[in-house]
Amino acid sequence: MSSSVVKLLITKEEGLEVFEDMYLGRAFEDMCAQMYYRGKMFGFVHLYNGQEAVSTGFIKFLKKEDCVVSTYRDHVHALSKGVPARAVMSELFGKTTGCCRGQGGSMHMFSKEHNLIGGFAFIGEGVPVATGAAFSAKYRREVLKEADADDVTLAFFGDGTCNNGQFFECLNMAALWKLPIVFVVENNLWAIGMSHLRATSDPEIWKKGPAFGMPGVHVDGMDVLKVREVAKEAISRARRGEGPTLVECETYRFRGHSLADPDELRDPAEKARYAARDPITALKKYLLENKLASEQELKAIEKKVDELVEDAVEFADASPHPARSQLLENVFADPKGFGIGPDGRYRCEDPKFTEGTAQV
Amino acid sequence: MWGLLRQKVGAGSSSALSMQRIRPVVSALRNYSSAAKEMTVREALNSALDEEMSADPKVFLMGEEVGEYQGAYKISKGLLDKYGPERVLDTPITEAGFTGIGVGAAYYGLKPVIEFMTFNFSMQAIDHIINSAAKSNYMSAGQISVPIVFRGPNGAAAGVGAQHSQCYAAWYASCPGLKVLAPYSSEDSRGLLKAAIRDPDPVVFLENELLYGESFSVSAEALDSSFCLPIGKAKIEREGKDVTITAFSKMVGYALKAAEILEKEGISAEVINLRSIRPLDRSTINASVRKTNRLVTVEEGFPQHGVGAEICASVVEDSFGYLDAPVERITGADVPMPYAANLERMAVPQVEDIVRAAKRACYRAVPVAATA
Ligand SMILES: Cc1ncc(C[n+]2csc(CCOP(=O)(O)OP(=O)(O)O)c2C)c(N)n1
Ligand SMILES: [Mg+2]
Repeated sequence: MSSSVVKLLITKEEGLEVFEDMYLGRAFEDMCAQMYYRGKMFGFVHLYNGQEAVSTGFIKFLKKEDCVVSTYRDHVHALSKGVPARAVMSELFGKTTGCCRGQGGSMHMFSKEHNLIGGFAFIGEGVPVATGAAFSAKYRREVLKEADADDVTLAFFGDGTCNNGQFFECLNMAALWKLPIVFVVENNLWAIGMSHLRATSDPEIWKKGPAFGMPGVHVDGMDVLKVREVAKEAISRARRGEGPTLVECETYRFRGHSLADPDELRDPAEKARYAARDPITALKKYLLENKLASEQELKAIEKKVDELVEDAVEFADASPHPARSQLLENVFADPKGFGIGPDGRYRCEDPKFTEGTAQV
Repeated sequence: MWGLLRQKVGAGSSSALSMQRIRPVVSALRNYSSAAKEMTVREALNSALDEEMSADPKVFLMGEEVGEYQGAYKISKGLLDKYGPERVLDTPITEAGFTGIGVGAAYYGLKPVIEFMTFNFSMQAIDHIINSAAKSNYMSAGQISVPIVFRGPNGAAAGVGAQHSQCYAAWYASCPGLKVLAPYSSEDSRGLLKAAIRDPDPVVFLENELLYGESFSVSAEALDSSFCLPIGKAKIEREGKDVTITAFSKMVGYALKAAEILEKEGISAEVINLRSIRPLDRSTINASVRKTNRLVTVEEGFPQHGVGAEICASVVEDSFGYLDAPVERITGADVPMPYAANLERMAVPQVEDIVRAAKRACYRAVPVAATA
């Protein structure tokens, strides 16, 4: 094929898969905005538009057993990791068919099956938990003698999080113990209305890697092909047991911090500059120019994804609200002594708040 | 209260210049002393901060997005422009770091106001609130006092799930060395925030996001820049004789609504707005219970070891013989806050819950479903 002449950065199959995943992320989030304004989802909803190259670029290299830890901006990480759009959308609608039965919500996506373990809404708190997930893989291999335990963890978080102590504490421990983790910083230049440059003494985040004894890499986070190159190496390195990597992806969010953010502080010229580097448009261009895909093929993918997202909305809308008995469930793995009657069932009818039950 | 007022005049003189700036406004108000004004809780907090910063150059505001963004909930609107970036400091997202820095500055006599974007995030700073702030006066045998205010929205918000929706009143109120305030109205917000800033000890100041936009009428006295409310005093929001309902923050509004409904059914409820969670105004609560002989406590926080539990204990200790019915606590359900709207509604107290509990306390029939 033509790849023998020009060295292509991606195969056709990979290219289409990556395009589909990025387009899914975008279409899903656009739909979330619509549903939020229609009152179908509530609270803080943080969309990922513009950053798709990072999620897709990294997560599509993972096995199912590999782990992803995200933040409140987690819908698209969940989708890339394979959580069905229906389950994510239903979660956002607060329905029982959601990936957390409507109990977690937008900022707290979990799917044990897909090894997506949050969904952490506080800045920095996901980083040690991710490091702990990586620790468990090493422990299983070395202590429990599970020879095939080579699972890798990806921790996603923002530029603002890199000024939080937990980030530094974990860089140290991950390097000290050579843990199989990649710290993926999505540097979108802003933390709500706080410019990265106003918040940090040295804006080059990747440099903190070498300071702790691990590689630090800066990559254009608007170019999925470049992200993939870096991701592949960092993930393989972790899998080989050679320890952690810090990757700073320079990216941009195309919407406000959350759907409630008036987004008044970012310069329109800056927004326009990054809009011109839309990672999906860029990938499309690459695929077309290199004859890896035709217009029709890409259109067909877009149509398929649009239908998938529509279906997710219909599914979520038609799904049942949680039953009132669900209120008291899942607080403990072993709920003995907490709102459980002698018959082993939740005492949801009991009028006393103070006995761990509720008037429901 | 008047004692505190006088104290304020003394403190204010440290910044003669800025005092001059606000004086004309004050005297204009005094001329219309009977004129009350509608004011949102947001405006009340903003004006209190503004006046205290203006009166005392040692007061500064620090937190995430308090400056250029004008506050995540716009409480600090206009303050950056007025006082500059040296006194209105946008911090990186590092609660443990900036809270500790605030405490250190307070050791040296500055009067930091630390804003938590929400009180949930104070969990990352709790070491400094409790260890470095609350215990230092004691550990240093009174050598080091810590005049700092920790403030921000607390309690259940709407639709934000388990991590962002939680009441910290009982957490902080169990800690020696902290004073804990929870305003309800605009008057509360002005008077208590001013008191908190002027106080020589660490004060945890629990606001409520869902109240920020609510308007209350504020008296001319409360609009005066010298206005201040006493720490440790509850307010009887509504007098009654059949049952006492205690509440704080947003739940005061619920308790008042419940009292209106109860009135139609012939039950006269006395509603106490606690204002101060620690110190707790035990005497006002007990005096009310001795009058009504019945008590319902209301809070959004978790039931176990909550504010209601403490109030119960106080009433059992001091007014046991006066109780004609078991005390009833209305609290949030004993679960992390669910996201789904229908579950969330069940997890936080509703006006109907208060009405039902008050009726039970008064031995009135309650709907059967509730006790099935
Ligand atoms: C401990 C803590 N403090 C404050 C917040 C409020 N908050 C939510 S998102 C955010 C900005 C985060 O910026 P960044 O890490 O760059 O991520 P981005 O939103 O840009 O993806 C802040 C301050 C929080 N969630 N947790
Ligand atoms: Mg950011």
